[in-house]
Amino acid sequence: MRDRPVIYCGLLLFAGFLTLPIWHNLAAHVTTKGPAPVLPAHEKQCVAPLAYMRTSHMDLLFDWRADVVRQSGRDYTTFDGRHYNMSLTKTCLQCHGSKAEFCDRCHNYTAVSLPCWNCHLDVKPVLRSAR
Amino acid sequence: MLMFEKALTGSRRYWIWLACLFAVMLAGLLAYRRQLDYGLGITGLSRDVTWGLYIAQFTFLVGVAASAVMVVLPYYIHHVKAFARLTILGEFLAIAAVTMCMLFIFVDMGQPTRVFNVLLYPTPHSLMFWDMISLAGYLVLNAVIAFTTLRAERESVAPPVWITAVIFLSVPWAVSIHTVTAFLYNGLPGRSLWLTAILAPRFLASAFASGPALLILLAMIIAKVNHLPSPREPIQKLATIVTYAMVISVFFVLMEFFTAFYSHIPEHTESLRYMFAGLGGHARLAPWMWVSMLLAAVSLVLLLVPRYRHHDTLLAAACGMVFVSLWIDKGIGLIVAGFIPSPFGAVTEYSPSLPEILITLGIWAVGALILTVLYKIAFSVREGVLFSPTPSAKAEVLT
Amino acid sequence: MKISRKDFLRLSGLGCVGLTFRKLAAAAGRTRWGMAIDTAKCLKQPDCTKCIEACNHAHNVPQLPDPRHTVKWIWKEPFDRAFLNQVDDYSPLRAAPVMVLCNHCDDPPCVRVCPTQATFKRDDGIVEMDYHRCIGCRYCMAACPYGSRSFNWQDPRAYIHQPNPDFPTRTKGVVEKCNFCSERLAVGQPPACVAVCPEKALVFGNLADPHSEIRQLLASRRHMRRKPELGTQPQVFYIV
Repeated sequence: MRDRPVIYCGLLLFAGFLTLPIWHNLAAHVTTKGPAPVLPAHEKQCVAPLAYMRTSHMDLLFDWRADVVRQSGRDYTTFDGRHYNMSLTKTCLQCHGSKAEFCDRCHNYTAVSLPCWNCHLDVKPVLRSAR
Repeated sequence: MLMFEKALTGSRRYWIWLACLFAVMLAGLLAYRRQLDYGLGITGLSRDVTWGLYIAQFTFLVGVAASAVMVVLPYYIHHVKAFARLTILGEFLAIAAVTMCMLFIFVDMGQPTRVFNVLLYPTPHSLMFWDMISLAGYLVLNAVIAFTTLRAERESVAPPVWITAVIFLSVPWAVSIHTVTAFLYNGLPGRSLWLTAILAPRFLASAFASGPALLILLAMIIAKVNHLPSPREPIQKLATIVTYAMVISVFFVLMEFFTAFYSHIPEHTESLRYMFAGLGGHARLAPWMWVSMLLAAVSLVLLLVPRYRHHDTLLAAACGMVFVSLWIDKGIGLIVAGFIPSPFGAVTEYSPSLPEILITLGIWAVGALILTVLYKIAFSVREGVLFSPTPSAKAEVLT
Repeated sequence: MKISRKDFLRLSGLGCVGLTFRKLAAAAGRTRWGMAIDTAKCLKQPDCTKCIEACNHAHNVPQLPDPRHTVKWIWKEPFDRAFLNQVDDYSPLRAAPVMVLCNHCDDPPCVRVCPTQATFKRDDGIVEMDYHRCIGCRYCMAACPYGSRSFNWQDPRAYIHQPNPDFPTRTKGVVEKCNFCSERLAVGQPPACVAVCPEKALVFGNLADPHSEIRQLLASRRHMRRKPELGTQPQVFYIV
């Protein structure tokens, strides 16, 4: 009987902890709006079909990585016969602008953190600082 | 199976000891967080001396882990009855030591999140690959052997028949873990201090001196803490092993000196010269090495004279000196001095930084914690009769 | 499906012969990159550091103030340090600076010891680094007898003063070294250091082609390599 206040306090704390995601998101003014990546203005077709890129762009990048680093191959032929240099900074970002405008939009929304940008350069910020 | 509940009850002293260990572990963990955040630059390592305290501790502890074979081999293969009650302590020490080894390797890695690359891209021509395999295997072997035999003891039955094969496997495996570790160093063409065929025998000799020395100290401590008489016969037999191993280990070191200083070949002499006299005014390691030599000499006197070896306090002092001497030799001297002078003949000295020391102490605390918990389990199973004479026929492993 | 012993032996034999032919064919048309450094030409401009600057810029090599954490791909060393124990007290070359870099050895100890094959030897002879796979164990640095490798003891980005957008940086915790400008070779350009040398002291070419400039240079001039007794077969030659 003496334990009742302690138990009720504990239950209250637990309930608060369990509903933390709700309170935290309310406090941080998180909206239900989805990610809004800035699409390229001039190109309409990526190196692979949209559906594939949506689900498997990471696999494509891994394949490119293995080819460039370990097989010394640089040329990529798309499904419709175009040729590109296999490069994150020099090919992907040429159309997709910058990491902040494109990649980060979905990655931040889905809480995906990648080590790619520890090494690979985001072109626009680099050029800005070099000037 | 693992009987961990036995580690959850204990005296006040037991819990205070664990609390101290947790405090040290916490300090190490916080320092490691800083290292993860900043990079390995917070250590004292440099472009020239790329391995330091962490890898040196790993090298030393592989030896301690391998030394379990020095109780397992005499007991299970040669039926030296005196070691009957000690094998479990050796096996548990091996588990703690191997865990520490793996932790030291982990904290030394620049990209620890990629550790599984060693298994994803197996590389048989790299000794580090085999080191990971052999250490992991040794950990599993010792865990299986120790817990199976201990559980059988608790149930007062003979252990299962298949444990014999596993125990027999652990003997060459113990030798192999330290040989593989020596191979990490003595196949490198650019590091003359390590490029010696005698490195693996040196490692084994110093392992078989330092490990049993620690085991003697642990047995004495356990006996004292639990108000039991010191297990005289096993300790004296272990002391004999420590003596022989220490003599051989010192002999091997003297052999290195002769080869280097009689041949006068600069590559052979320079690292040794740095260790004991310094090079170009840089002599940070010299005091350590001379202390190591002094401790080795004094410990040999205490071990070789039977009157001193039979005296508990002097034996304890000797074992402590053996352990510290070999820890300095392998755990500080050998690894760091292998990088000095550099391939360009430059001397870049090394001193561990505070975060590095804290992480090291944290990992030692983890090992001490594992050891304490495991010994507590063994002690509880034996209901406080840790060093009783040979157990009854039913519980004996091999008759 | 059962196969007779005679057939098995015959097929194995054919297989072996086939493999050998493939290797020989590959060897016949192959590329083995190498470099020759004319020490006398380099000494004509003793204060020149153009090759070092070109390399550092091309590859975003960080400039760290702490000498313990230096990252360098190509740099100068005094002759008697680069060729340790090979130079006597009477040699005029003793203190002369020479360029040192990764030797891209034919039998590289660093490749032998790497536990993840993050450093590996390509078919064209270049010892390449895969920064994605490197676990930062620094075993390769212990194994290299030439001190050619550097480790990123911290995040290098703060120390890259003029980042080159055409090449990535590295991250903390990985080992790096000269890569013979494999990215430039892929587009038909010579290595940055070779291209920028005002005295043309660095000669780069295909050692497998007997008519290449480097082969002719090596055939006509006396040259040496660093630590030849170690059996690493370095592919960087020093014309003396």
